[in-house]
Amino acid sequence: MPGTVQSIERAAAILRMLAGGTGRLGLGEIARSLDLAKGTTHGILRTLQGVGFVEQDRVSGRYQLGAALLHLGTSYLDINELRSRSINWADPLAARSGEAVRIGTVLEGRVLVVHHVFRPDDTFQTLDIGTLLPLHATALGKVLLAYRSAGPVGELERFTRRTVVSPRELAAALDEVRAAGWAAEIEELTPGQAAIAAPIRGYGGLVVGAIGVSGLVERICDTRYRPHPRLVGYVRDAARAVSRDLGAARH
Amino acid sequence: MTERYVIAIDQGTTSTRCIVFDRRGQLVSLAQQEHKQYFPRPGWVEHDAAEIWRNVERLAPQALSRAGITTDQVAAVGIANQRETTVLWDRRTGAPVGRAVVWQDTRTDTLVSTLLAAPGAEQVQHRSGLPLATYFSGPRLTWILDHTPGLRERAERGEVLFGTMETWLIWNLTGGLHVTDVTNASRTMLLDVRTLRWSAEACDFFGVPMAMLPEVRPSVGVFGTATAAFPGVRIGAALGDQQAALFGQTCFTPGEAKCTYGTGSFLLLNTGTELVRSTHGLLSTVAYQIAGEPAQYALEGSIAITGSLVQWFRDQLELITSAPEIETLARTVSDNGGCYIVPAFSGLYAPHWRSEARGVIVGLTSYITKGHLARAVLEATAWQTREVVDAMNADSGLALTTLKVDGGMTADNLLMQFIADVLDVPVVRPLASETVSLGAAYAAGLAVGHWPGLGDLRRNWHRAAQWMPAMDPGGRDREYDNWRRAVERTFDWIKPA
Repeated sequence: MPGTVQSIERAAAILRMLAGGTGRLGLGEIARSLDLAKGTTHGILRTLQGVGFVEQDRVSGRYQLGAALLHLGTSYLDINELRSRSINWADPLAARSGEAVRIGTVLEGRVLVVHHVFRPDDTFQTLDIGTLLPLHATALGKVLLAYRSAGPVGELERFTRRTVVSPRELAAALDEVRAAGWAAEIEELTPGQAAIAAPIRGYGGLVVGAIGVSGLVERICDTRYRPHPRLVGYVRDAARAVSRDLGAARH
Repeated sequence: MTERYVIAIDQGTTSTRCIVFDRRGQLVSLAQQEHKQYFPRPGWVEHDAAEIWRNVERLAPQALSRAGITTDQVAAVGIANQRETTVLWDRRTGAPVGRAVVWQDTRTDTLVSTLLAAPGAEQVQHRSGLPLATYFSGPRLTWILDHTPGLRERAERGEVLFGTMETWLIWNLTGGLHVTDVTNASRTMLLDVRTLRWSAEACDFFGVPMAMLPEVRPSVGVFGTATAAFPGVRIGAALGDQQAALFGQTCFTPGEAKCTYGTGSFLLLNTGTELVRSTHGLLSTVAYQIAGEPAQYALEGSIAITGSLVQWFRDQLELITSAPEIETLARTVSDNGGCYIVPAFSGLYAPHWRSEARGVIVGLTSYITKGHLARAVLEATAWQTREVVDAMNADSGLALTTLKVDGGMTADNLLMQFIADVLDVPVVRPLASETVSLGAAYAAGLAVGHWPGLGDLRRNWHRAAQWMPAMDPGGRDREYDNWRRAVERTFDWIKPA
């Protein structure tokens, strides 16, 4: 049996301390109580903050438990449940948009396709449920990254000359996604292909997945190379309908 | 020009729904209301017909307002209903006589075994195209008449009327029209399935006064104009729910089949204007009849327990918390580990029709985990489909080339793939999941000329998903053999008292 991981044990101890304490705790207090070096303690706290388990008060600089930890037990959504609950909304989205629909969640740093509706033109198409796609080069993935359903990506692989490969550019793109409430991908994974996606929210508004349409760039985008507002509207409506069914609060 | 719409009333076993469809067959709005299930004794299931009608009255304005339309924009209304459920009411007051006896109700089991031994039983089964079973409304009607003092006399005088759910709804919608459609009538055992008229011999056999029976009409054709719920709107169609799903899947050509996966599963194969007599345990039933045209027939394979096995796994064994999780659990293992579940909970329907059979789990070893059980649950639905398809191929002399599917279980990807694997044909899901309602809407719209012909409806059908068979033939044969041996172990469990 492999040995235990010391830093995880220490992180657990910190979380227990924060959970048991009466309010916020400072870095020094935590380090002293656990008999750890301040540098080590700070590293662990920063990591816990990154995944949302710990929050730092802006004014005092003291630490407390994060909101993500409170949602830990309730935000989990079975992927087959997600498909089952969204199937009635994914079908009309395909019918209205005339494009293929996919729903994705995060699996090990990639987008896992959990549902796929064919483009309704009766041409031969293959179901790609279970396929893994890159987060940074797909509309579904950008939505999942923007709402922190996925952790930060490592190296940004280039697929086309339009793929966003600089971390700074990606961060800016994700800011735009959050501001707009939807994401686009235009020839960033495959030349000639484009996609639009919007977040699916579960209990408490937590983003549990993304739904979107994809197809030929000349059908998805207008003459200015921007996604058709009509399609964006359909995708966002479908995302909201699924979220409502999943019990998300109004956003 | 104002857009016009068609409305479907889907009167199901657990709920009633009103759905508005646009000209392209797209769902515009939906209003739904559950009704109470009465279980007065083990094996008894009843509904309050008055409550169901009140629900229709309440849902009608909801569906219209959610779509933002008024009745003058509605071209027609169509009805799809739970089949075989039996309603009696007073002709003068319109009040139901007792509660409706639901298709799942097995109170007639002793009556059915008595009737099976009675002279003429063979003839009645041949004439109706159905095996004598508790499933159908004829024996149910006999039971009610036998158990309510004075009722048969009142029925003979025409004071008490019989109907299945569509008859009850049309009576109330029109304020007193007493009619049924050929598909619903073909599930009573009282209809001569060839002539499409009530059979005097069958009525005599079941002790049913013909005065209480509704007039039999084609499924697609104007029944009348509604005066309640949708005042002024023509009622363009009525079909049993499974026949409506066949229509919604646009299976208009002989050889086309669909299977609806719900609580139970129902595979219907269009056999055209020819009535095919099954020698392999299937039902001969009417698929639909368009007014002025000959009836189209279907062979039906009815499977009692499919989705309800998943519900049992969730509610009784508590191994999962929601039905879709069965797939997650099943995917924790790569095969069934040698375990098979045959859900003969209330006997087996098609193609076996063994009422004395009871469920089994076989192949248990200490190796078996709940993951294997979950797989066995899903595989049971696929193998039951395979048995019905084999029976259909044998009866029709045609080999099924594609299976069109619909219903809630089509969201289960592992199951759909496994069905394609064991049938060795592609399994296709259409873009409209609400095929029952869609079929009723199509039929009603067709009757009033909202859609010009069947070809226009067919063009609305689009493939949303397709699963291709990918199982090696040797493995498939071995597994099927195991399944059949498991089925044999369910037989003769209940001993005659």
